[in-house]
Amino acid sequence: MTADLTGADRAAPAARRVLAQARFETLAVLRNGEQLLVTLIIPVVALLALGRSSFLDVGTGDAARIDVVTPGVLGLAVMAGSMTSQAIATAFDRRNGVLRLLATTPLGRSGMLAGKALAVLVVATLQVVAVAATGLALGWRPEPAGLPAALLALVLGVAAFTALALLLAGTLRAEAVLAVANLLLVVLAVVGGVVLPVADLPSWWAAVAQWLPPGALGEALRGALVDGAFPAAHLAALAAWTLVLAAAVRRWFRWT
Amino acid sequence: MLGHPSSPPAVEVRGLVKRYDGRAVVDGLDLHASPGRVTAVLGPNGAGKTTTVECCEGLRAPDGGTVRVLGLDPVADARALRPRVGVMLQDGGLPTGVPALDVLRHVAAMYARPRDVDALADRLGLRPFARTTVRRLSGGQRQRLALATAVVGRPDVVFLDEPSAGLDPQARRAVWDLVAELRADGVAVLLTTHLMDEAETLADDVAVVDHGRVIARGTVPELLAGAAVPDGGHHPGATFRAAPGLPVADLALALAPATGGAAPAVRETAPGDYAVDHPASPALLAALATWCAGRDVLLTRVDVGRRTLEDVFLDLTGRTLR
Repeated sequence: MTADLTGADRAAPAARRVLAQARFETLAVLRNGEQLLVTLIIPVVALLALGRSSFLDVGTGDAARIDVVTPGVLGLAVMAGSMTSQAIATAFDRRNGVLRLLATTPLGRSGMLAGKALAVLVVATLQVVAVAATGLALGWRPEPAGLPAALLALVLGVAAFTALALLLAGTLRAEAVLAVANLLLVVLAVVGGVVLPVADLPSWWAAVAQWLPPGALGEALRGALVDGAFPAAHLAALAAWTLVLAAAVRRWFRWT
Repeated sequence: MLGHPSSPPAVEVRGLVKRYDGRAVVDGLDLHASPGRVTAVLGPNGAGKTTTVECCEGLRAPDGGTVRVLGLDPVADARALRPRVGVMLQDGGLPTGVPALDVLRHVAAMYARPRDVDALADRLGLRPFARTTVRRLSGGQRQRLALATAVVGRPDVVFLDEPSAGLDPQARRAVWDLVAELRADGVAVLLTTHLMDEAETLADDVAVVDHGRVIARGTVPELLAGAAVPDGGHHPGATFRAAPGLPVADLALALAPATGGAAPAVRETAPGDYAVDHPASPALLAALATWCAGRDVLLTRVDVGRRTLEDVFLDLTGRTLR
């Protein structure tokens, strides 16, 4: 027995623990077929379908179709990876006791959260690269002036939807999360103003939807990447949602 | 405390109370576990064993009483305590979509000087399913993997919640050997079980828990001797197996000299199963064998009614289902 050692000497350094957890969670997404489908394949296929064909009427104004569709699909990818995939993964980890077991290791709950945040960012980066590369191949020409604002919108979107994922995962049964997280993705993708501009929605609903997280993310990305603008109002809405959802997670998330 | 009075307790629980929805699941429980000893918390389902262990692991905050592990508060001092404590949860807590050995390597990465993962895998027979995802493992394979994750960080205290549940005999032996080795290394092992043979084989100290309280405690020999049982417990007599339909009244008369005069009651409890309502003695067994030999009857089994931990347990917690 090495009772002379204090706890701190026995644990791996905090940064190493968090990186190990981030790597573990990232790999868990990438080697799970369903997760891979939701996070990477569906967004890329959606971009191919919406960008190449015209079976869906997209209000593009005087912009090229692919220029309007690609920012929306970037928003869809963020929703799929940060909300649906994370909600389901976390819900099953919670049900299977994984959150409890890791909480007893030196990683602890804070390390688990930090590792998860890092993993979500890594997955989101992979998504953005895949969607952007597909879009560029299809002729997407984003407005360079809007790139910093778009990046900010993506980060805020990841934060808001990850908080929503944790709220679902930490309050509902795993089976319910599976249903709700998938349903939310499909419904919000169609009527949430993320893939299609809110201008294409009925006006009474557009007025609401553009301030909800999916609409705010979609409008912020389009404002930045189509018009090269700084969509301050929609970015502020995303930031506010992030704070509200994070507070709800703090209040209601249950580890068991 | 039993055993090593000089060493400080690794786990010290005093007056622990834990309520769920106002109902006390643990109700004034005291428990000690010492370094280099295996302490078994034995009790029926719903007795409060898991809740007690979860309070020690820092996963639940007590509603009353104090819990100290290595002198620290499991909730307030969690950061200092976690690297020194190993945990095996009852439901495993293993990520399901990941190959078995990857889980072990991941938990090992949380420690500065973990055990050698490959050696531990060989030790617990994890090799054959190292690349199999946890989801596809059998119950016994998951148990062994969960035990490996509990000990990979070289803990000073190990909490094992039902470590042998669902194990085949070989796997159980492997688990027991590892627990014995932990004890020899000076680790304090606190395990819950409702398996009598596990407590009897492994444990130095046993705490029998029912309705959220410890109703008896002591070493296994102490409990078997009935010292911890208020009324001395129920002592079963000798039982034996032979051909069905033997004349039991005649046998009772033949046994009378061996029991000091009065003929003991002999009953055929089931066809071919007999019970003698008298503790076995050398003279009683000789008289029984002689009587059988005189009738050319073969005794196929004789049980001298030694008390087992199971008898003690049933005496304490009652024989009815609940």
